Amino acid sequence: MVDDVEVVEALRRGDEAMFRHVVTQYHAALVRTARSFVRSTAVAEEVAQDTWLAVIRGIATFESRSSFKTWLFRILVNQARSRGARESRVTAAGSFLEADEASVPASRFNDMDSRWPRHWRAMPTDWGTLPEAAVSSAETRAVVAHAIDRLPENQRQVITLRDVEGFDSQTVSSTLDLTEVNQRVLLHRARSRVRAALELHLEGVATA
Amino acid sequence: MIHPIDCQDLVEIVTAYFDDALSPEDREVFEHHLEECDGCVNHVAQMRLTVETTGTLTTDDIEPETMNALLAAFRSANPPTG
Repeated sequence: MVDDVEVVEALRRGDEAMFRHVVTQYHAALVRTARSFVRSTAVAEEVAQDTWLAVIRGIATFESRSSFKTWLFRILVNQARSRGARESRVTAAGSFLEADEASVPASRFNDMDSRWPRHWRAMPTDWGTLPEAAVSSAETRAVVAHAIDRLPENQRQVITLRDVEGFDSQTVSSTLDLTEVNQRVLLHRARSRVRAALELHLEGVATA
Repeated sequence: MIHPIDCQDLVEIVTAYFDDALSPEDREVFEHHLEECDGCVNHVAQMRLTVETTGTLTTDDIEPETMNALLAAFRSANPPTG
């Protein structure tokens, strides 16, 4: 792992090996994140490439107030947004949160007139008892990828940055211009939908 | 003993719990509920596994032609000196 100062200084010097290193490290992640803004992989690939061109142009003006990675993804998000706007796919301001959405369907909980209202009707399964191979299979990862792909755009952007790319809550909020609270609401909805997809897949597998 | 929150409330604040964004009081209520409710323990574990599995998604490597095009752009912005 090379530190940020070293990366930025090398790129400013025109060090090609370092440029190759950061492109190898981040290009696929940029494409994936861009894909959460634009609907086609081809366009996402172009957005990622445009991001590198912007990095080449902008590296001289990089100020180390943020990490290189945060700066890089900030550029990507700006590129992806302007591209998305041209494709009329950008989320209108103020429409971040749709109507209330239960994390778990109300039908999974007892009615108010039961002895234990709002408690589980049937206990959630302990996934720890499932075969490790089922949980960590390529098929399971494909289920997660597919579930993310079907999320509303704003949820998909947040879960991609938080859980796929591993950025913290503050970085994601500022990169996407969300309040931390809204960012967390979107992340929670996204995770809840992915969990539901996993449940369908894993418990189908477990009882097969 | 009456539970200060029900399972149906707990499932809405799991991400806030993971992010350590609950108030100390809410955190205590959350953890107290888990001590008494195996269903919610399983649900929280499912959410944790969901986050972990999402973190294992991998992407394809960069195409060699793309890398070459980017290297060419880098080179032309940084002409050799001296």
